[in-house]
Amino acid sequence: MTRPVKRRRAARRPSLAPYLFLTPAVVLFTLFLAVPIGYTGYLATRRTQVSGLGLGSGSRREVSAGFGNLAAAVTDGELWAGWLRVLGYGTLVLVVMLGLALLFALALDSARVRLARFTRIAIFLPYAVPGVAASLLWGFLYLPSLSPIRAVLDVDLLGATTITYSMANVAVWGGTGFNMLVLYTALRAVPRDYYEAARLDGASETRIALLIKIPLLLPALILTTVFSIIATIQVFTEPTTLRPFTNTISSTWSPLMKVYRDAFVTGDLYSAAATSIVIAAISLVLSFGFLRVVRDRAFGEG
Amino acid sequence: MRATRLGAALAAALATTLTLAGCGGGGEPAGAPEAAESQAPQGPVKLTYWTWAPNMDKIVDIWNKANPDIQVTVSKQAGGDDAAAKFLTAAKAGNPPDLVQAEYQHLPSFVAADAVADLKAETGAVKGEFGDGVWGLVTLGTEGVYAVPQDSGPMMLFYRQDLFDKYGIEVPKTWDEYAEAARAVRERDSGVHLGTFSSKDPGAFAGLAQQAGARWWSISGDAWKVDVADAATVKVADYWGGLVKEGAIDDMPYFTPEWNKALNDGKLLTWPSAVWAPGTLESNAPKAKGKWAIAPLPQWTAGENATGFWGGSSVAVAAKSPHRAAAARFVTWLNTDPEALDALVKQAAIYPAATKAQSALGEAPAYFGNQPDFWQQAAQYAAGARGFTFGPNVGVTYNAFRDGFDKALQDGSPFADAVRGMHEATVADMRKSGFSLAS
Repeated sequence: MTRPVKRRRAARRPSLAPYLFLTPAVVLFTLFLAVPIGYTGYLATRRTQVSGLGLGSGSRREVSAGFGNLAAAVTDGELWAGWLRVLGYGTLVLVVMLGLALLFALALDSARVRLARFTRIAIFLPYAVPGVAASLLWGFLYLPSLSPIRAVLDVDLLGATTITYSMANVAVWGGTGFNMLVLYTALRAVPRDYYEAARLDGASETRIALLIKIPLLLPALILTTVFSIIATIQVFTEPTTLRPFTNTISSTWSPLMKVYRDAFVTGDLYSAAATSIVIAAISLVLSFGFLRVVRDRAFGEG
Repeated sequence: MRATRLGAALAAALATTLTLAGCGGGGEPAGAPEAAESQAPQGPVKLTYWTWAPNMDKIVDIWNKANPDIQVTVSKQAGGDDAAAKFLTAAKAGNPPDLVQAEYQHLPSFVAADAVADLKAETGAVKGEFGDGVWGLVTLGTEGVYAVPQDSGPMMLFYRQDLFDKYGIEVPKTWDEYAEAARAVRERDSGVHLGTFSSKDPGAFAGLAQQAGARWWSISGDAWKVDVADAATVKVADYWGGLVKEGAIDDMPYFTPEWNKALNDGKLLTWPSAVWAPGTLESNAPKAKGKWAIAPLPQWTAGENATGFWGGSSVAVAAKSPHRAAAARFVTWLNTDPEALDALVKQAAIYPAATKAQSALGEAPAYFGNQPDFWQQAAQYAAGARGFTFGPNVGVTYNAFRDGFDKALQDGSPFADAVRGMHEATVADMRKSGFSLAS
């Protein structure tokens, strides 16, 4: 870098370097994002056409379906029923998980909590448990004849109405720690003299939390909310893992489960592709919609 | 400087990957048909075999030692519906294994997807080794032969001998007696059930329907005839629905921790299952070793000897395999050669589909030490087993079973409605794909 020759060469052709640096990112993006997305879009417009018995070679052809698959996906009642179920589940998860995360973050940030480091790790730890393992673990705790919970609380935790709460509980248990950590880190970055000033003005810890900490946390709260919305829309692991334990979860309980069913259980890759496009569109609308609504408020002041 | 070098390295690596990918993609279509003839002389033929039968690698070793020119590698699979989906996906992607374990109900979807080869020419000599019922499952009632049968799963009644004695119950010979026994058990001990209906196991239900004479699919001329909700199936569904509704039997699914516990604790007294059940019982209910026994499945009409099939597999050769002849030789050896059959029974603990092997089965499974003539009994019941042709979209039907019966158990709606839902889902899917349907 120090030799003049090189510097001169770089100066002569200034336009090449940025592209060179960009190449890996662009190539990776193309290979692993753009191409698969394009292929999904292509698959969504295809379907199988069988002739006769459909046995033997040549009796099955792939033909264009136009927008038939997409239209079928959008008008499928099961998909929208799935969205409704996920909406109920998601609201529950979002409110409880982020509420708890905020509470824990504030509690840990106020100097009064003892064993802060231990508590922080204890709350964060479930996040390190893989979703399938967590669902299985809770599934065993829910099963009527094995559950220790049943000894105290006589409720069928895998029943038709309770199942949503039971699943939300798994997600909250697994997700609170991560969100707490994000919020806590954001809190630690706040200059301490704000609080000191507030204290000098006679504000109580609660007032500091409500009037200073939470407003300052708004960008972090929005970030965690967007992540949580996206994760909730994609809920798949919990219901799929718990499904063998109960007869209250159908194969199309959540939209993503329907995609899985179409692709790998009933063997219709084309419908699955169409449905996944609908899901992607809805997640985009929801997450960007949320960002749009709150953007000015949060980042305008930031 | 560092960044540039890193970038260059990344670019180089990517370029290599791209080139490799390009080669793979381009080479494929040309590979298959021409290679088949010219392959034999150039060194040993290498075959991959997807299976989930236990110890299959040891059985394949016997073949590999005797046939240095055809070397088979076992790739262990998870089994079940996922394995079928995986094979179909691999076949679609153009890189399936040469050989694949195909459960009978999945074989038609493999054939319909054009993923397995027609072995008619290679298997003509071994047709006589198998019973007509099981052979029909690999021909699908057509002229082709799409796989070689490996094992079959004739159904029978597994029951807790000791607890039957304790509660003073006779082994039921008909389904009416079974219902009576179920009520009697409930009266004697409210914590115990005679059996359970599983909404997660369409295969078991299909077997029970077969026993009653159901024919969900059949081929008439150039069209499929679909009748999932036929009289026999509705009869079976209503029977179990009635028992569940009155609380005579339980409704917990099979193969769950809950079910294991009930079996271990003696809370479930019977399991209408298939001949492979000893393996399951041994691992899921180790505490009850030596306490279970087998009897014929209860009959719809007293004095009959009818049963159905639950499970059972064949071995198919992928349509894209460049070594069809070699693969067919291995498959016929594996499923008809006495040495291979002996190994299948002893190592893989399966009930072979080849008829001569069934009578040669010796010692009872260790779990059934109390019933030394286990295999002789099983062979006797199996003689009355009848199957039906499976259709090209069993996945859809079975999925509709799970959703429909889950819902029926949850709302207490009639089981017959769930069966009708299965029929409608099956027909709608076949119509959508364009299959010819006979009305």
